[in-house]
Amino acid sequence: MSALTILFLAAFLACLVEMVEALTIVLAVGVVRGWRSPLLGVGAALAVLAVIVAVLGPALRLVPIDTLRLVVGALLLAFGLQWLRKAILRAGGYKALHDEEEAFREGRAEAEAAARGSGASIDWYSFTVAFKGVLLEGLEVAFIVVTFGGTQRRMDVAVVAAALALVVVLAAGLVIRAPLARVPENTIKFVVGLLLTTFGVFWAGEGLGVSWPGSDLALPVILVFLGVVAAALTRWIRGQASPAQSGAAT
Amino acid sequence: MNRLSAFGLFWWDFVVGDDWRVAAGIAVALGATALVADTDVSAWWVLPLLVALVLASSIRRAIRGEG
Repeated sequence: MSALTILFLAAFLACLVEMVEALTIVLAVGVVRGWRSPLLGVGAALAVLAVIVAVLGPALRLVPIDTLRLVVGALLLAFGLQWLRKAILRAGGYKALHDEEEAFREGRAEAEAAARGSGASIDWYSFTVAFKGVLLEGLEVAFIVVTFGGTQRRMDVAVVAAALALVVVLAAGLVIRAPLARVPENTIKFVVGLLLTTFGVFWAGEGLGVSWPGSDLALPVILVFLGVVAAALTRWIRGQASPAQSGAAT
Repeated sequence: MNRLSAFGLFWWDFVVGDDWRVAAGIAVALGATALVADTDVSAWWVLPLLVALVLASSIRRAIRGEG
């Protein structure tokens, strides 16, 4: 598996899983209060995210490559280990699985309870909830796209991967018009966590002057090593009595 | 809560997350890698190994209810 393939996969899957969560928020508001205002909110949030990518992407070219790799590598390690940690704890029953249907019900109830402005052309509640949801979920994706594209000097690959994921999620949302509850979200988060951590190790190492055996070929080796460690940890905590199994209050 | 502290909290949560000791562990791992990379010893094995240890210790703390 080449470095570019891994980069594409990481950007695509990270975008996919974040956009599934954003879609749930937008659907919950749109179903109850109409589609115009939430869609305007989505458009505004996507415009802000596009500006972030368009401004930060070229700006990263001005940073020396070793400094960029060290800083981006460190940040990806922080993100990747957060994702991986949560995915392992969820798989072991120590953290609740993210439930899109439950999130949809909660969002819908809040949208029904919120007051409506009289005669306003834009429903500001719907606009704000959709804008905030897409912007916050998308910020991490924008960061991944910018840093992956900037560090590997292949912004095009990262942008295409993110755009493809967005199209896939939007198409699924239009067809199903319900939360995408069947997406194996925790598995995807586990894989994305592994990919982010792998790139974090690789780039931070390069930034610190580490010479990787086999150069880019070290990437899949790091991926497999971390995958084995994460799988072993998952297996280990499944063998422990989880709070749910032992009945202990948490 | 004023806007400045809300902004700070957002970035803390965005970068550091649930367990600040993971971020501290990453900083230590990077420092140790830099030290070894400055010597004649090959340093490629240090970072993957320490990152695996940081993850394992964070999971261990979490299931013991310590973090």
